Amino acid sequence: MDELLNILKTSARTSDADIAKMLRTTPAEVAARIAAYEKAGTIRGYRALINADHLPDDGVTAVIEVKVQPEKEGGFDRIAKRISAFDEVVNMYLMSGKYDLLLFVTGRNLREVAAFVSERLATLDGVLSTGTHFMLKTYKLDGVLMDVDKTDDRMQVSP
Amino acid sequence: MNGKSRVAAHVKALPFSGIRKFFDIVAQRKDVISFGVGEPDFDAPRAVRDVAKTSLERGETHYTSNRGDPELRRAISRYVARQFGATYDPDAEILVTVGVSEAIDIALRAVVNPGDEVIYHEPCFVSYRPTIIMAGGVPVCVETRREDQFRLTRAMLEKAVTPKTRVLMLNFPCNPTGAVLLQKDVEDIADFCAKHDLLLLTDEIYAELTYESKHVSFASIPGMKERTIFLHGMSKAWAMTGFRIGYACAPVEITENLMKLHQYAIMSAPTTGQMAAAEALDHGDEAVAQMRAEYNRRRNYLIAAFAEMGIPCHTPAGAFYAFPYIGDLGISAEEFALRFLEEKGVAVVPGDAFGACGAGFLRCAYATSMDNVREGMKRMAEFVAEIRAEQKK
Repeated sequence: MDELLNILKTSARTSDADIAKMLRTTPAEVAARIAAYEKAGTIRGYRALINADHLPDDGVTAVIEVKVQPEKEGGFDRIAKRISAFDEVVNMYLMSGKYDLLLFVTGRNLREVAAFVSERLATLDGVLSTGTHFMLKTYKLDGVLMDVDKTDDRMQVSP
Repeated sequence: MNGKSRVAAHVKALPFSGIRKFFDIVAQRKDVISFGVGEPDFDAPRAVRDVAKTSLERGETHYTSNRGDPELRRAISRYVARQFGATYDPDAEILVTVGVSEAIDIALRAVVNPGDEVIYHEPCFVSYRPTIIMAGGVPVCVETRREDQFRLTRAMLEKAVTPKTRVLMLNFPCNPTGAVLLQKDVEDIADFCAKHDLLLLTDEIYAELTYESKHVSFASIPGMKERTIFLHGMSKAWAMTGFRIGYACAPVEITENLMKLHQYAIMSAPTTGQMAAAEALDHGDEAVAQMRAEYNRRRNYLIAAFAEMGIPCHTPAGAFYAFPYIGDLGISAEEFALRFLEEKGVAVVPGDAFGACGAGFLRCAYATSMDNVREGMKRMAEFVAEIRAEQKK
């Protein structure tokens, strides 16, 4: 991957000036390359990685396994697009194995998610079954450990 | 005792390492951003640590062969062949040591006769000169210079060589300067060794950490193997300092005699570390490449930051050290380092800790996070501006 994307992936708030120093180029060049990536849709946005466990009343997330009936025309796509359009669904993947779709769903509380599943998701034509698992604690998010207590215990000066 | 020292006179005469004094000062402070650490900030790769754990669980807690575990020696032989293009017989020409530090010590003791001259270059790693002295050799220092990018040239060596010269001792990529040798330099120096019939002791511990060109090993030069002791180890590129594993590759006769010293002093290198090292050599290339990429970003940042400050710095092309020159600021490197620590909470090491010709330079190790690099350079820019303002008054 392009070094520029590597840097933004780990720390999107790094200034153009700092990135320019790391890549031995100019801030203007960095800005231009980022703009090009944005225009091409390679960079889709910038957001903070938030440890939800630190927030008061941060709601709940459930992982839902969904079996669906594929259609002769278009297979899973039509039903998958319908499901992914729900605001409650934050991530969604077509999977191999015992079920077809894997959904990450958020809600204010357990009851809200339960209502979503039983009243809106399970009732869709083509949905055969659902299995809902609530998340209890986040240990790692997008490659970043949430609870880091590591300190630098090296000698402060060494040969 | 009658006030008489019980310490041997030649040991008593050895100075403490200049870096040690600075270590004591820094250790008294908390929350320091340190550019003083000469070891990776990364932990050893996970797979390497897992192999060490598994080895312990299997009860591999005994001595290995004095030469080192046979599997590890084969892994070293494979690695040195594919990385440096040199062939060493794992059964006769490779010895596993406790870091390169032990290898340097026993190599010098094995090849130096009393009074033999050993040419080495400064600024250099703190142990070189004392180790030559402890081996009974006479250290002959060649000073490398900023205007040469701290490379060693044949002309410098020709001035230092005498009929008593027996060994040339090198460390490129270099701690503390970050200098590397180019293909032409390596060929010239190899030719110089052949012409004067010298033995070459080459510490290439930073070989994988080069950023502008691929490392050229002396072991790869045709005809050099018979007069070369090639030293390498796991500490730097694989971030395995605490495992304490190095190795020496040399012709059979030298390896046999290194083995004697190693056997009597050490028995065998730590077994857990040896098992971990074999894993790192066989499967660690990707982890090394990732760490190198991160070092390179920091290195580029430092170079740009020094340029912005108007602090001259040669391009450090290897290892993880920058060696900027602050001699134009009107204060010594030691005063700079002490005040920078006191006033801004940032540690750098005065260049003269690595030899007198390092005066006026600072060693800045970038084995620290990018956040630290940024914050440290911000504070350095402030500090440099303050020093300049003082000097104007």
